[in-house]
Amino acid sequence: MSDIILETKGLTKHYGGVHALENADFVLHKGEHVAIMGDNGAGKSTFVRQITGVEQRTRGTVMFDGQEVHFAGPLDAREAGIETVYQTLALADDLNVPDNLFLGREKTKWNFLGPFRLLDYKGMREETIAGLEKTGVKIPNIKNTIAHMSGGQRQCVAIARTATFASKMTIMDEPTAALGVQETAQVENIIRTLKDQGEPLILVSHNMRQVFDLVDRIVVFRRGRICANLRKEDTDGQDVVAYITGAKTQEGYEDAA
Amino acid sequence: MSDTSHGTGGLTFDTSKRQWPNELNVLAALILIILIFEALGAYFMGQSLLFDTRDRFDSIFNEARLRIIIIQVAIVGIIALGVTQVIITAGIDLSSGSVLGATAMICMSFAQVGEVSGSPNPKAIFGPAFLDLPVIVPVMVGLGCGIIAGVVNGVFVAFFRIPPFIATLGMMLFARGVAQWWSSGNPVSFPTEAYAVIGQGMNPVIIFLGLAVLFHLIMNYTIYGKHTYAIGSNEAAARMSGINVPRHLVLVYAIAGMLAGLSAVILTSKNLTAQSGMGLSYELDAIAMAVIGGVSLFGGRGSIIGTVIGALIIGVITSGFTFLRLGAFYQEMVLGCIIVGAVALDQWQQKRAAARA
Repeated sequence: MSDIILETKGLTKHYGGVHALENADFVLHKGEHVAIMGDNGAGKSTFVRQITGVEQRTRGTVMFDGQEVHFAGPLDAREAGIETVYQTLALADDLNVPDNLFLGREKTKWNFLGPFRLLDYKGMREETIAGLEKTGVKIPNIKNTIAHMSGGQRQCVAIARTATFASKMTIMDEPTAALGVQETAQVENIIRTLKDQGEPLILVSHNMRQVFDLVDRIVVFRRGRICANLRKEDTDGQDVVAYITGAKTQEGYEDAA
Repeated sequence: MSDTSHGTGGLTFDTSKRQWPNELNVLAALILIILIFEALGAYFMGQSLLFDTRDRFDSIFNEARLRIIIIQVAIVGIIALGVTQVIITAGIDLSSGSVLGATAMICMSFAQVGEVSGSPNPKAIFGPAFLDLPVIVPVMVGLGCGIIAGVVNGVFVAFFRIPPFIATLGMMLFARGVAQWWSSGNPVSFPTEAYAVIGQGMNPVIIFLGLAVLFHLIMNYTIYGKHTYAIGSNEAAARMSGINVPRHLVLVYAIAGMLAGLSAVILTSKNLTAQSGMGLSYELDAIAMAVIGGVSLFGGRGSIIGTVIGALIIGVITSGFTFLRLGAFYQEMVLGCIIVGAVALDQWQQKRAAARA
């Protein structure tokens, strides 16, 4: 068993004539937290979408947990063990916390009733509380609808999904982009909790301080290509900015220049 | 869980600001409207709207009027149960009245008797092989027509991404055309006795309330209900969470169509005839019931209970105006104001809730 949880080779996505992602080779090791950085339109979110099956890739292979995978949709990816926290919150505002945690994979009973099978509210509530405790998220009243919660609490709910289900890997696409200082701190605490639990993570972020605080490795995207793969210890903020803007290109990634 | 504030501070959350169930507001509105009519009745007519004031009887309520109130909203109410679900998905169904019309003509054609007072049925649509059929046949035909119309609506909305307003507007015109084409505008009459039983007396009310309870349970305790709310609340999130949104939407529209078909069966059975103009503007009455009952046209919010109370509000207003001997014009003016008022009040409350959060 290798310690690689996710590996992409030559991952490519074209939208018609737009080459949004070109030959991305990427490796994530077990227990590792990796940041993806890059300017707007550099291909970060496109890269994530090809892995999670939200879109179908043009070319390339994705190896997950030792097997080549072709996710037809986000549910496939999730069932395989990839949890994603999206840039836009994938929460239903009018539902409460357990409903949102279990959205699309509700615990049910009386399954012979097909689409009208009954919801196991009690089971979902218990697992929700367990999941929230595991991530250290405190939400006073989980029966409240998401619409009545602050942005930080909402994001915490989105992230708590990860902990509620035994996932093998988490992807977060700018989880703190819309949050205030304290809310960001809360989310970062949860990310540290995940690190302590050995959960591998891909963090898409624009926030340099956050990236240097949280991750082991930084991968920089530029114009649809990976242009640098940096260990945190070997680099600093200025260096990363140079890669993002195109002032520098790392050895081995010359074709991205 | 503790009810103290958030760990890192700043994210306090007061559990005492629990949500006030929207249905209670609608119920309060119903009671308020009844009280207004009682006051007007006592002042102008010297009578009570709902209570029995006659000396010879010792019943509390005026049962005859209560019965009328609920009978007159039961058939549209059945449609409203389906429309409520469609609106909760952030859709709309404008076709239900016309689907009722078309279904009425078609299912009644399978419910006709062979002989009327000794001579052959003058209104028979089909030959003798299709007369005097068991009652199950026209009922199944009625439900089937409604389901087909609903599935077509759902497929256009979910798979062809046609806005629900347009898709169901097309179905509304198409189905009304079918209703008129079916027998060249002639009424279809003389149903079998078994068929006529369906809509007799309080049967429509029993069916309406039975279905209301059933769909209340379905919307609150099954995966179907949860997904319906989830899609209306945030369709993108529902999709990303792995809910098969198109398939679910087709199911919701099919159920709404089936309920329109069922109300066609009940209405034709009650009236003992089917006419191509049946169900005209029922879709708007059904939408009005849902909206007054607190169902949000933006989707995600509302309930079957709310719609039932909304239906009762319309019933009380209709009966109340008759009771006060006021013309139907005033009634429609007031209903128009109430619909807009209900939505405005709802918007205001949402804003207040958002500001508090």
